[in-house]
Amino acid sequence: MSSTTTATHAMKFSALGRPVQQLNLADETPCIEVKDMHLYYGSSKALNGITMQIPKKRITAFIGPSGCGKSTLLRSFNRMNDLVDGVRIEGEVTIDGHDIYAKGVDVADLRRRVGMVFQKPNPFPKTIYENVAYGLRIQGINNKRLLDETVEWALRSAALWDETKDRLHESALGMSGGQQQRLVIARTIAVKPEILLLDEPASALDPISTLKIEELINDLKDRFTIVIVTHNMQQAARVSDYTAFMYLGQLLEFDSTDKLFTNPANKQTEDYITGRYG
Amino acid sequence: MQVSLKKWVASGSPWVWLNAGAVAISVVLVLGLLGVIASRGLVHFWPSSLQEYQFADSHGSQMAVLGERVQREQVTAEQIRNAGLEVPEGVQILDRQLIKVGNRDMYGSDFRWVLERQLSDLNYPENAVAIERREWGNFYGYIVGVKEEGQVVAQQSETDNQLWSEVLDRTERATSIYKNIQRLESGTIGAVNYALEKLRLAERSLVLDGLDTPQNLAELQAEKVILEAEYARLETELMALYTPFKRDALMMVTADGQHKEINFSDIVRLYQPNSLSLWQKMQHYGMKLVEFVSDDPREANTEGGIFPAIFGTVLMVMIMSLIVTPFGVIAAVYLREYASQGFITRTIRIAVNNLAGVPSIVYGVFGLGFFVYFIGGNLDQLFYAPALPSPTFGTPGLLWASLTLALLTLPVVIVATEEGLSRIPRSVREGSLALGATKFETLMRVVIPMASPAMMTGVILAVARAAGEVAPLMLVGVVKLAPNLPLDMNAPFLHLERKFMHLGFHIYDVGFQSPNVEAARPLVYATALMLVVVIAVLNLTAIAIRNRLREKYRALDM
Repeated sequence: MSSTTTATHAMKFSALGRPVQQLNLADETPCIEVKDMHLYYGSSKALNGITMQIPKKRITAFIGPSGCGKSTLLRSFNRMNDLVDGVRIEGEVTIDGHDIYAKGVDVADLRRRVGMVFQKPNPFPKTIYENVAYGLRIQGINNKRLLDETVEWALRSAALWDETKDRLHESALGMSGGQQQRLVIARTIAVKPEILLLDEPASALDPISTLKIEELINDLKDRFTIVIVTHNMQQAARVSDYTAFMYLGQLLEFDSTDKLFTNPANKQTEDYITGRYG
Repeated sequence: MQVSLKKWVASGSPWVWLNAGAVAISVVLVLGLLGVIASRGLVHFWPSSLQEYQFADSHGSQMAVLGERVQREQVTAEQIRNAGLEVPEGVQILDRQLIKVGNRDMYGSDFRWVLERQLSDLNYPENAVAIERREWGNFYGYIVGVKEEGQVVAQQSETDNQLWSEVLDRTERATSIYKNIQRLESGTIGAVNYALEKLRLAERSLVLDGLDTPQNLAELQAEKVILEAEYARLETELMALYTPFKRDALMMVTADGQHKEINFSDIVRLYQPNSLSLWQKMQHYGMKLVEFVSDDPREANTEGGIFPAIFGTVLMVMIMSLIVTPFGVIAAVYLREYASQGFITRTIRIAVNNLAGVPSIVYGVFGLGFFVYFIGGNLDQLFYAPALPSPTFGTPGLLWASLTLALLTLPVVIVATEEGLSRIPRSVREGSLALGATKFETLMRVVIPMASPAMMTGVILAVARAAGEVAPLMLVGVVKLAPNLPLDMNAPFLHLERKFMHLGFHIYDVGFQSPNVEAARPLVYATALMLVVVIAVLNLTAIAIRNRLREKYRALDM
């Protein structure tokens, strides 16, 4: 991918500077299905009638101006919003056909299957090894060989193994921000989730680290369904297969990335991606 | 260049000066406090010279006085005249000295104020002897002879010193026998007594349970016979030690010519302060300091050491910390993490904060009423019935004192822990939850370890408060003299029901309850210094632990 072009130019010319994929939402297997979802923080409405199907083993990006509800929507896929006081949800969210807001759903198990990486790197004040092994230990896995194998696999998957193999038992807090974020990704994939939710994973990082994270996301897309929230439209254009544009709690447009960035159906989408507001 | 006042004020420098000044005053105050306590307390152990004077009393008769000068001050002539002594006209100010003359059994008191104008012929006799006795305080005088089994075996004139080495030898001999007696009395005989008491209680409980069949009783009786035989044997052994212990006596004469016979068994140590070299004085000083921190008190706490008080203080604080930490942490975790932050939680939090302001004596009264009489009394009924009517837990003791202080310091730990919990970044909690951990797992594996330095801060504050507390302890377990340490070699080793000694109460007791105020005063300072040192050591230990934890769970820069 070319790193010299700006988003606006790229869009005008050769569709995002990468080979055009012939993707169509209708052909995909749905993974997460959202049906007419409304979400309220106390009395204020944050999400208004969202309906969408997020395809399996693809990268879906959520873009939109600040406060449009894209993070809120993401956090409702693994019920992170439960932690906020006064949240109320109407409608339905299903993953592989199972309603995740149904009674009797094991939230901890749901979160294990739907991993999440946050905006700021949040490693635990433990060693690198223990950070990656954390999710496994929570599941009661203490077999040393199994842990060693999984930690190595996760760190290799997160392209971090070569940098950390000699300091596995040093504190994770001594790593750089970019390394910490990749460690958090390794930690998340170590529990082998089906879905990875990335909430602006690169917004607190420098360009080089951002590039590495993006490459990593690209490497991971064969194995996981990935949903990424980003402020950075170039990033969405670079990494995602599908893009959803949200505005004021509503899903305005959801289509393949090529289509959305080159030929948006919605006037507001076009205004946003061409930088008229946002 | 002229700077206007307004600008100077706005620049903030008067503020800096004010702050720096306040800090300087605080530092000076603290250093001054420590300095006064240390200087007054530590001087006490130095072997001061023995001065001999000719003292002329108001009738003009001369008398020799031998003693240590303790203090020198100026008084107005008016004061002396009012006391009934004649002072020539024209004299306004008089110097007077406080002399420790010792020999309380002969003079009635150890200390005497004398006017310097009544004194003459000051000298420091090389052969003057200071004797620390097990009873009646110090004796100052001269050696005139040694007796063995009532017979005089050696004599010297009071100005001579040729018997000194022999006296030292005989003192050494008596002291070594004394050590054996002590070992026997408090060690072996104590253990046998303890076993006999247990047998008595076992027998009593058999009677209470209706199991006092002849067979059961016979078994106990058999054990009792063995123990009593052992006891009798030890007693003979003890008697066999006492006879040689009391064999020798020292013949002494005081400065004013009175004769006195002191048995060697009554001598703790004796020395000739005026002939000690500086090095010997330092050795003596070190010995006295070691005795002070490692020995039992003598003579209504005015002599000897304060070891049981140090031990009791440290043990009580440790037990208190063990109780208060889990309770405080669990309460804080509930309040901060689980309870819904509504009106009730806010009320509870305010109540907890206010508990920290309740006067400590109130906790003492509560401890006495609730822990000692209610819980302790019921425990006795349930588990220690054989010992009744003498109470086991239904009386003030170590456990109740620790519990009362744990209650007293609980708010500090709760507040500090809550503070710590609230500082753990939300992102770390979410990171753990997002990996499939439950809230409980997140707390146990991430949040509480990260908050542990804050908990240690709470414990540090609790220790500092508890170690210095006296008033409530007087009601729930501290005594002026405890016959046994709460920790010994008799199972179950830690005796939580026992009363114990405490440095804070020891200061109060020595300072205010002592029959011998002048003798006790330096010990008040020395004990106060010891209390400060003990608290400092306890705190430094806790701070070291906290710093280790801080290093381990260094908070993220978020």
